[in-house]
Amino acid sequence: MTVNATNIAEVEMASYDFSKYIRGRYIPHIWCPGCGNGIVLKSLIRAIASSGLDLEKVCLVSGIGCSSRTTGYMDFNTLHTTHGRALAFATGLKFARPELPVLVVSGDGDALAIGGNHFIHSCRRNIDLTLVLFNNHIYGMTGGQFSPTTPRKSFASTSPFGNIEPAFDICQLAIGAGATYVARGTTYHALALDKLILGGIHNKGFSIIEVVTQCPVYYGRKNNQKSPAAALMWQRDHAVAVDRFRKMTPEEQEGKFAIGVLHNQPRPEYNEEYQKLVDRVSGRAS
Amino acid sequence: MVAPQSAAAAAKGGSAPSPRGEWQFLQGNEACALAAVAAGCRFYAGYPISPSSEVAEYLSSLLPRCGGRFIQMEDEIAAMGAIIGGSLAGLKAMTATSGPGLSLKQENLGYACMAEVPCVIINVMRGGPSTGAPTSPAQGDIMQARWGTHGDHPTIALTPGSVDEIYRKTIRAFNLAERFRTPVQLLLDEINGHMREKVWVPAAEDIEIVNRTAPPPPSPGYLPYRLDNKLVPQLAPFGTGYRYHVTGLDHGEDGFPTNDPKERARLHKRLMDKISKFEEELEDYERVDVEDADTLLVAFGSTARSAMGALRTARSQGKRVGLFRPITLWPFPEKAFRQAASRAKRILVAEMNLGQLILEIERLTAPGQEVSGVQRSDGEPINPLQILERL
Repeated sequence: MTVNATNIAEVEMASYDFSKYIRGRYIPHIWCPGCGNGIVLKSLIRAIASSGLDLEKVCLVSGIGCSSRTTGYMDFNTLHTTHGRALAFATGLKFARPELPVLVVSGDGDALAIGGNHFIHSCRRNIDLTLVLFNNHIYGMTGGQFSPTTPRKSFASTSPFGNIEPAFDICQLAIGAGATYVARGTTYHALALDKLILGGIHNKGFSIIEVVTQCPVYYGRKNNQKSPAAALMWQRDHAVAVDRFRKMTPEEQEGKFAIGVLHNQPRPEYNEEYQKLVDRVSGRAS
Repeated sequence: MVAPQSAAAAAKGGSAPSPRGEWQFLQGNEACALAAVAAGCRFYAGYPISPSSEVAEYLSSLLPRCGGRFIQMEDEIAAMGAIIGGSLAGLKAMTATSGPGLSLKQENLGYACMAEVPCVIINVMRGGPSTGAPTSPAQGDIMQARWGTHGDHPTIALTPGSVDEIYRKTIRAFNLAERFRTPVQLLLDEINGHMREKVWVPAAEDIEIVNRTAPPPPSPGYLPYRLDNKLVPQLAPFGTGYRYHVTGLDHGEDGFPTNDPKERARLHKRLMDKISKFEEELEDYERVDVEDADTLLVAFGSTARSAMGALRTARSQGKRVGLFRPITLWPFPEKAFRQAASRAKRILVAEMNLGQLILEIERLTAPGQEVSGVQRSDGEPINPLQILERL
């Protein structure tokens, strides 16, 4: 294939050697055909690979659910925890050894329903973790029940007549709670996602990257996204680059969502503050 | 200074009576915090709850000054998760709570059993169920300690009686957690947690400290959960060149999830065996005047002090009464209890609940032995007279 300006990314991706970062003996993975999680996994790998982090030191922590199986497939120090608690375990790990880069992968149910408390407090505490939140708008592993990000009126196995609950805006929630780096990407915009994750890794503080991803089996099938490709097309048609999104009128924004870095405002990081406290009090008798 | 006696008990406590040290006047929860630091604990995560909060308060002052980490988490569940993370990073880690908090921690406690992550959980028991009586004593969590988390799992739980013993058993709790790579629960109660007594604080060099064993050097074939005759795996601290996987799912020796019934069965059996095969090493108890006792009292924690008082009075009246006080509550020191009870016709179990330990005692008694209980759950301690009137 001739490499030119339009296909260079494609060629780079095709020739990218993921094997160094993957535990090949545990592949094939458990995800359904057409699932977006593999796209996020690869983006995560490219981001980590280009970050310059010492691979022996990289820790990856997850909770429970489809997204949380990511840890098992990636060849780092990996910790698959309990439902909703990935951020709590990760906080302990990072606080015990601040020199370790700690990334967390979680889903919309895991991070925002059962783990919602840890989510907002991790944002507030601003501990240096990078959370990649797979938002497929559904509980996939348990069979397609509605989640805190399932849009109103959507169908799920526990909303057979349409969901009556409003959804969280993950990024607004994170900004409100104090996260210092907040970004949103999609599996359609896979290469742009690499950069968003990399930005989170470089941010010294709590970073969250929401990834809008597809669950064709449990969400798409019931909600007019008849194929994985249709779900990706839906992302293409509804995602708007954040700069452009902010110039749109509220009417134009209706039904659309912004992608890119939505918020990046550094403030003191938890481990650094703790170190300052230690420096201040060490040697004191009481 | 002269070391405290009850040498037998001290020997069982993991640290021999030390020649060097000093007497200090400490609160139970304070003694627990000081002993944790002496044992090498360098990571605390917790959530405020009565009547355990002083443990956190003391450690929030001690740990930053000795190279340790103290963090107050957003809830009980997060605290339990954080100490597992801290322990996997290589630090000796602990949390402190009370009944309602322990209820919340149960899932992650089971994770620590399953993933074999050493940690210490202090439970300063209060009344229950539910919010119960936050600042009143109770001993109603002993079955929660044993069976609280779902599934079959090993449990080590210790129940010190005095403040001095809280100091020694806190150190032992850390030593056992590291030795067996499992959570160890230390059950205090509102009485001994808040009581002030003199405590023999040994010099640091006289305290026996057990550290987790180091894994073999990193190699491509590293199996974090390798089954060997020691039954305790050698997990490496995260970020030290091993890159392995830890999960709460049923897993093989490589740490990865498995659906193979043989591998699953092997894992579950080893988890139980690694404790049950070492019951003698774990057993810890006190026996008083049991040789000729026809009535045997069984009591633990602060209730054992009332039982001791009742025993002395009864003996002065010529009654042949003995006391069996389990200090390691789980696994229950069965053999030692059976020996202590061998001559007893009557066994009286005193506990601040409506009958929990008595179930274990009934299981262990011989036909013909009468077992009854002195029980109380009104937020008041069992006093010696209450026991004495039954002797």
